[in-house]
Amino acid sequence: MQVASMHFKERAHVKLHDALLQSNLKKMQGKFVAKRRASLIELDDVEGTRDAAKEIRDRALENLDVWLELFERNATARGATVLFAETPADINALVLEIAARHRVRKIIKSKSMVSEESSLDHAIEAAGLQVVETDLGEYILQLNDYEPPSHIIGPALHKSKEEVADIFARRHGTPRRTEINELCLEARQMLRQHYLTADMGISGGNFFVAESGSVVLVTNEGNATLTTTLPKVHVAISGLEKIVPTLEDVATLMRLLPRSATGQSISNYVDILTGPKGEGEFHGAEHMYFIIVDSGRTAVLASEVREALRCIRCGACMNHCPVYQNIGGHSYGWVYPGPIGSILTPMYVGLEKAADLPSASTLCNQCGVVCPVRIPLPDLQRKLREKTFEQHLRPWSERAGLRVWAWFAQRPVLYAVASKVGVRVLRWWGGKGGLIHSLPFGGGWTDERDMPAPTGRTFRELYRGHAQSPAPSERPRRAA
Amino acid sequence: MRVGFFVTCLVDLMRPSIGFAAIRLLEAGGAEVFVPPTQTCCGQPAYNSGDRADAKALAAKLVGEFEECDWLVTPSGSCGGMIRTHYSDLFRDDPAMLRRAEALSTRTRELADFLVNELHLERVPGRYECTVTYHDSCAGLREMGIKTQPRALLAKVAGLTLTEMADCETCCGFGGTFAVKFGEISARLADNKCQHIVNSGADAVVLGDLGCMLNIEGRLRRRGDHKTRVLHVAEILAGDAA
Repeated sequence: MQVASMHFKERAHVKLHDALLQSNLKKMQGKFVAKRRASLIELDDVEGTRDAAKEIRDRALENLDVWLELFERNATARGATVLFAETPADINALVLEIAARHRVRKIIKSKSMVSEESSLDHAIEAAGLQVVETDLGEYILQLNDYEPPSHIIGPALHKSKEEVADIFARRHGTPRRTEINELCLEARQMLRQHYLTADMGISGGNFFVAESGSVVLVTNEGNATLTTTLPKVHVAISGLEKIVPTLEDVATLMRLLPRSATGQSISNYVDILTGPKGEGEFHGAEHMYFIIVDSGRTAVLASEVREALRCIRCGACMNHCPVYQNIGGHSYGWVYPGPIGSILTPMYVGLEKAADLPSASTLCNQCGVVCPVRIPLPDLQRKLREKTFEQHLRPWSERAGLRVWAWFAQRPVLYAVASKVGVRVLRWWGGKGGLIHSLPFGGGWTDERDMPAPTGRTFRELYRGHAQSPAPSERPRRAA
Repeated sequence: MRVGFFVTCLVDLMRPSIGFAAIRLLEAGGAEVFVPPTQTCCGQPAYNSGDRADAKALAAKLVGEFEECDWLVTPSGSCGGMIRTHYSDLFRDDPAMLRRAEALSTRTRELADFLVNELHLERVPGRYECTVTYHDSCAGLREMGIKTQPRALLAKVAGLTLTEMADCETCCGFGGTFAVKFGEISARLADNKCQHIVNSGADAVVLGDLGCMLNIEGRLRRRGDHKTRVLHVAEILAGDAA
């Protein structure tokens, strides 16, 4: 996907003033939060399960090379072909190569965020092949001229059903239907023919299981099952960090993934696919390929933000993020929005192209608190802020302001003098009402807020006068 | 019991009365309060902006100023959280400083927490015949575990009624320098918070962090609300609000 993260502020500005989007975001807000909370209560030991999940992910990342080799061996033994893509371009090249080998003309896809990284659909179309997205959200967005997804588990969450009704009526040429059931039925009827005529199905992969060489798909619509079993070729694409040592590990992670994502005890479908259709087997693809993607992931593994690779893509961090809830996913300008995106995007596309993202959070840590695999998201954002500071990627004025302030704060005598002057000026500035309506260099604050003015003297000046009198315990009790 | 009182730079500059109210409460609980005169800032703005060198220098300065005290108490969950949960990260490559910083971290408390759990304050001088709602500041809540303590203290204030607003644990949008760097987003979050405060019907919103106070009060006033008061919990408890 084209990176637009350098325009974060401008994009957020537009989204904050998009009334329709704001109303859609408001409707969604709270639903995920409440459902997640209610479903987690079902677990006997939520915190213990989270610890176990974190440990599983860390164990996988610690010896990633070993697990990947084991996965490759086991998947190959079951008749699948395991391919590695180092760059986004490699993903597209590999898919087109496989398509050519099997004379594929039509491809259906279930949801794969990794394929968004490489704009796979565009590459497929550019090669003259047809591609149809079958995840309902992705399908809507594809019909709407490949609008980018705004959420990792609900790509079209930013759309209202009325907008979907318009898109369907326009693109399907059918009467405009506004009931959700009718819209789903319409999409189903449209998609059914594609399932039956496609030569290749592309899926993502929630987990690659090393001990069995399987891919696990967690879905709700059933489209992934059809996508991976009806066409003669199945290609599963996912990041190399999605490796998990054992099926038992998957069972543990599955106690948390659907609950953290949609608040379901279990998703409607969980597919565990191992190898192509065997001798005498009735279901499944004849040819099965895995494309295991690096595309910046090994660099993250070697970096100080490697904990981000524990991510199991539940979306809880964005569902709970007050910034995401107000600006929506498109503001972030790439595949992964919200708190996890503010780590992954700069790491995958380059910090200089997404320098705002690590700073675009209040560090409120609501994300860190809900992350099922305990990724300390604010700490990781802060680590990237250190990099933006070191690499001079923030505006010079911000840097200069910080340095001047820190210089004074390390010199208590000068700080006292400067702050005495400062509070008096600001008090005067605030006037009778005690409110500052605009501040030079402080427009970020005062454009939409007042600044309560200081009271005119610093605590330290007041306290000095106060402390020169009797010892603290004998001091008269008085208000300042 | 010698309590080192960390005023915080914002209270020092913007609203000194909060500092004096806090000291009165600590003394009422039997603490001997010491205010290191050279204190300035805990280093959080630098730390959160990625300026690790300046953050470290300020943190080292603060550790030196307070390590002789039995406790460090501060009227801010955010500054307390900085000292308690982040100083160890700052000094991870400096074993000697790390030891000193960790020794201080374990003795660092947010004001309301200290009044309840260490001083076991039974009575508070404040009286306030109003309905208030409490905003849980992020660092206080999620780094320092401040949730029940201020509410328990407010329950002791004669005449006061506490009503909970919706989403009291949701960030007000302050986020330190975030409020200036991303002013528009910050103001929207503040506006949502103001709406919840107004919907709660409270006469005042009470909280334990001056950063959030400035943000919420600034947005309330810009919305034209000059009625809803924005108070630090220490001001109410000490009787400064009435």
